[in-house]
Amino acid sequence: MSESSPHTGFVAHHFSDAEQQRESAKLGMWVFLLTEILLFGGLFVAYSIYRAWNPEIFHNAHVHLDITLGALNTVVLITSSVTMALAIRNMQLGMRKQAMVNLTVTLLLASVFLVVKYFEYNHKFHLGQLPGRFYTFEGIAGGNPHIFFSVYFLMTGLHGIHVLAGMAAIGWMLIRTGRGHFSAAYHTPIEMTGLYWHLVDMIWIFLFPLLYLVG
Amino acid sequence: MSEHATPEVSYLNDPKGTKSWLFTLDHKRIGLLYLFGIMAAFSLGGVFAMLIRLELLHPGKDIVDADTYNQLFTLHGAVMIFLFIIPSIPAALGNFVLPLMIGAKDVAFPRLNLASWYIYVAGVLLALFSLFSGAVDTGWTFYTPYSTQTNTSVISMTFAAFVLGFSSIFTGLNFIVTIHKLRIPGMTWFKMPLFVWGLYATAIIQVLATPVLGITLLLLIVERVAGIGIFDPAMGGDPVLYQHFFWFYSHPAVYIMILPGMGIISELIAVFSHKRIFGYKAIAYSSLGIAFVSFLVWGHHMFVSGQSELAAMIFSFLTFFVGIPSGIKVFNWLATMYKGSIDLKAPMLYALSFLFLFTIGGLTGVFLGALSVDVHLHDTYFIVAHFHYTMMGGTVMAFLGGLHYWWPKIWGRLYNETWARISVLLIFVGFNMTFFTQFLLGVQGMPRRYYNYLDQFQPLHAFSSYGSWVLGAGFLVMAIYLIHAIFRGRPAGPNPWEGLTFEWTTPSPPPHHNFDKVPKMTHGFYDYHLVTPKNE
Repeated sequence: MSESSPHTGFVAHHFSDAEQQRESAKLGMWVFLLTEILLFGGLFVAYSIYRAWNPEIFHNAHVHLDITLGALNTVVLITSSVTMALAIRNMQLGMRKQAMVNLTVTLLLASVFLVVKYFEYNHKFHLGQLPGRFYTFEGIAGGNPHIFFSVYFLMTGLHGIHVLAGMAAIGWMLIRTGRGHFSAAYHTPIEMTGLYWHLVDMIWIFLFPLLYLVG
Repeated sequence: MSEHATPEVSYLNDPKGTKSWLFTLDHKRIGLLYLFGIMAAFSLGGVFAMLIRLELLHPGKDIVDADTYNQLFTLHGAVMIFLFIIPSIPAALGNFVLPLMIGAKDVAFPRLNLASWYIYVAGVLLALFSLFSGAVDTGWTFYTPYSTQTNTSVISMTFAAFVLGFSSIFTGLNFIVTIHKLRIPGMTWFKMPLFVWGLYATAIIQVLATPVLGITLLLLIVERVAGIGIFDPAMGGDPVLYQHFFWFYSHPAVYIMILPGMGIISELIAVFSHKRIFGYKAIAYSSLGIAFVSFLVWGHHMFVSGQSELAAMIFSFLTFFVGIPSGIKVFNWLATMYKGSIDLKAPMLYALSFLFLFTIGGLTGVFLGALSVDVHLHDTYFIVAHFHYTMMGGTVMAFLGGLHYWWPKIWGRLYNETWARISVLLIFVGFNMTFFTQFLLGVQGMPRRYYNYLDQFQPLHAFSSYGSWVLGAGFLVMAIYLIHAIFRGRPAGPNPWEGLTFEWTTPSPPPHHNFDKVPKMTHGFYDYHLVTPKNE
């Protein structure tokens, strides 16, 4: 590669310019999101199958989920997606301080989501509405009601792990923004984190109706 | 050909030091790190295979008891599949060659590339941990309900496979982006070398199928740890669902194994026939065709597992479709050789072995795709022979062909051609002795995975075991002359085989940044009728 190519600080040696680097990162991130969707895809398939086989259990069990808390969490996550998008916009305009504020708010909202989830889980642990052989609750008619809670804990649990991973990524972005790594010219990592965070939201937006609302 | 000196400074010694290797971001070094890993895994899996064959020399106990035998075939399968064959061509050879072939300095995400190697190593360590903490006796497929009940260390082995899946996903993701974004200007999709097409199709499957294996193994682990009952019929779960999940990944996975091998064969046949590849587009598209169909045929592993008859019929029908793109490739390779000036160097001998063995493997696959035949042959040695003809006769032959083809590029030195040919011969003969016999055993009704067998099967079993010794001898010879070549081989020069792809335009071994001057597309990579390649 000729030495005249525009290799400023953030362009790695094997890319010919910033545009190629950004495009590569974007494509890579989208492919990664695809793998995430397929990972959850397995659980969505499991949900459909067990729901089709046990419609009455799914109906009787789902009323034990707290719709208010679920709805609250949905609002919290959607709002966090907005603040995440705002942080990216801030950085595109070179407004570093603003971006940090929005990233912090995103982080806080994510924590709120997890706290609410904690109270929901805690309540279920208390009642014995648990997966598989740990199930001890006695208020649901029909055979094998624990199946619903197996699916519920698997799906929301895996999603919760993704929320944690997203928080780690956002926290890292916050630190890097604070250190002045990003500018209007270079903010690809924040954009990628944003894409990931939107996916985590999106999965919840599917989980909420499937688990809490559809009876 | 002869008077070359290897360059003093190359990626091998620039920069120097162990640390520079352990933290390298150079795709060539990472490819080599992978190569060491998979060769170690291959040796380990090979030792298990030899022990299995030794045990089966006579009915009853020869060297190990039945439980150990169950662990041996499980570990042979798991090590060969997850540790060796899936990463073999893409992560080792592909990593080394892909950026060179498209004129790039590196893969798109070098740090992710290095991370994938460390994840691979973590997976290997987990697998070894499982090996020493009670091993696994479920078969490499980890079928429920047995895998949730056995006392062996299933969790660490499945977790190893889960971790290795990440390594595979990262490699695939990296290759997709690299191929999309880092080709040199002027290299359009249909000017890419066919090995790159093979890697691309492979990467798509790696990215789309592996996450499903991830969730499957995760569910299996949770099932074992927490008893969630999702695969347990007593608790309203379904063990057949596990099989669906498992094969939704693992059937496409066999094309993760074969597609890059087919890419290598396309290169070898063109180079060693000194002729323009016949049907370039057909070969390229058929790779994508195989990748696509691969997602629609998983049910043919489950003809006797209790899926509905209608589903079985549809899966059987779809399975035959795989034969079409595979056939297209084979005929195009044959047409490429027609009237070419064929040079029977060791890599070409491997390519020819591939053609012969893969055709047998592919055709027996069509038999097995037929419902009524499969019911008869299911879980017999016929299956074992079939997938060894495709996996070993196909992928491993292609891998060895590629390994010999690029060995001079990797090390800058040539191996001994005579010994290489002797080794091909031993491997080819030994392979057929070992596995053709197993077709016969299978047709006669010998079930797979059994420790003991009826006396009437003894001669064939013994013959198969003798074959495995010939095969082992072939690999031993290969190990000796390949390692010898690294230290004592004649300098290879940039282009020992007179190839036209970019990796042959740079010195062997290549410099740290791959090319001293950026290559240009002056001709097609298979235009032997236009260009006489020189080994300058």
